[in-house]
Amino acid sequence: MNWLINLGAHTLERLEMFGRAAYMLFGAIIAKPQPLKMLPLTIKQIHVVGVQSLLIIVVSGLFIGMVMALQSYTVLVDYGAEGSLGPMVALSLLRELGPVVTALLFAGRAGSALTAEIGLMKATEQLSSLEMMAVDPLRRVIAPRLWAGIISMPMLALIFSAVGILGGHIVGVDWLGVDSGSYWSIMQSTVDWNKDVVNGIIKSIVFAFVITWIATFKGYDSIPTSEGISKATTETVVFSSLAVLGLDFILTALMFGIE
Amino acid sequence: MENLIEINNLTFSRSGRIIYDDISLQIKKGKTTAIMGPSGIGKTTMLRLMGGQLVPDKGDIKFKGESIPGMRRNRLYEVRRQMSMLFQSGALFTDMTVFDNIAFPLREHTKLSESIIHTVVLLKLQAVGLRGAADLMPAELSGGMARRVALARAIALDPELIMYDEPFGGQDPISMGVLVKLIKALNDALQLTSVVVTHDVTEVLTIADYIYILAEKRIIGSGTPEQIKNSDSPLVQQFLQGEADGPVPFHYPASSIAQAFLGNES
Repeated sequence: MNWLINLGAHTLERLEMFGRAAYMLFGAIIAKPQPLKMLPLTIKQIHVVGVQSLLIIVVSGLFIGMVMALQSYTVLVDYGAEGSLGPMVALSLLRELGPVVTALLFAGRAGSALTAEIGLMKATEQLSSLEMMAVDPLRRVIAPRLWAGIISMPMLALIFSAVGILGGHIVGVDWLGVDSGSYWSIMQSTVDWNKDVVNGIIKSIVFAFVITWIATFKGYDSIPTSEGISKATTETVVFSSLAVLGLDFILTALMFGIE
Repeated sequence: MENLIEINNLTFSRSGRIIYDDISLQIKKGKTTAIMGPSGIGKTTMLRLMGGQLVPDKGDIKFKGESIPGMRRNRLYEVRRQMSMLFQSGALFTDMTVFDNIAFPLREHTKLSESIIHTVVLLKLQAVGLRGAADLMPAELSGGMARRVALARAIALDPELIMYDEPFGGQDPISMGVLVKLIKALNDALQLTSVVVTHDVTEVLTIADYIYILAEKRIIGSGTPEQIKNSDSPLVQQFLQGEADGPVPFHYPASSIAQAFLGNES
């Protein structure tokens, strides 16, 4: 019987956590937004989570594009289909790798930093002191970070895909000798704006929302001790990576599964 | 004398453990009230209850006759502008300079021009003797200086009530003396009402007008510093004299040591 009690307790605990997370989200972005005060804070956070993640995104995108081209070429060339290298690389990146790999990198680079920062602000009583100064920490600290994540990650995903396509060009065209004209023109005629590009952007917006929500909540809800913060940071990376992979399957099934 | 804060029959528990059991106390306007007691009995919790960050299980907390736990969120935020709290750690914002830390409440809650804010901030810093440190970051300050900056920030909006959470904890004798002098001077000059939560007996006896001693979930003694010193309660005397054993036992509750060694503890 014990396992049943444990299961129940665990489920209740999880539900309670979801409740707290929803409450935080509501307080941060739905209840009475103050766009004028938030704008400068959000821009500062976009710099921290977005601009400072650029390097890792660009480097990863370049290498993933190069590897994609190399792998695809060895298969395609057997069928004389190496002209399709362009769409192969572009579609994989725009539909899947761009949003998903960017999201995983973003969770590790920016998500963990957000959790640790907010957790430390809690541990050093900065959040409490904001409250006592009659400044709502949800609006002052959480909301700008949420918006910054939701705005910057889709852009990072697009940059990732674009750099990846260039990387594919470097390997496929400049090194392996695929015709440059066919690389670009077949890509242009195959890639569909709505179906491929927009769907990829939608995916990355969903991922961005989930990751920043998890990251800010884990920091806000952390136990304000060193172990508490380290646990919260780990959970941010683990939970958001799993959420991204799970959601990716669901979104892919919805977008591309049923024709 | 009018009461700024009245606490009536307050009961509060956290994670199943009762912290306060049916406590009543009053904070008189314009006076310095000290709440003392051994560590770990939730003195900070009392301040958080007064600031509306925690909600009591039973009983009421009134600020100027208005119930704090019963307030709507917006009203609570309005009322908080009349109070301020000095946190144990100072709780300065680590990403801003000392100047910006003190300007923060002014920029958030007033529409003053930058030049007036500049003047106000420098005045507050001058009051705590740290005008020269305006451009430093909080990480560059010593513990005592950080607490003085936090004090300057706490008085930036000229509150009516200021709550000090262990203002003397972990300070060397010099900065302790500076802080005692500052708190006293600020209270006299600004006619503030102060609540000081602490366990530093000697310092408190010099600045408090009225003292409550908390222990074992209730108030075990209250009165002016004179009355407290002459109290015949053994618990109060143990606390004032700092005796290791007495009504507050030295040992955390446990089974007898013989049983623990023989291994049949349960």
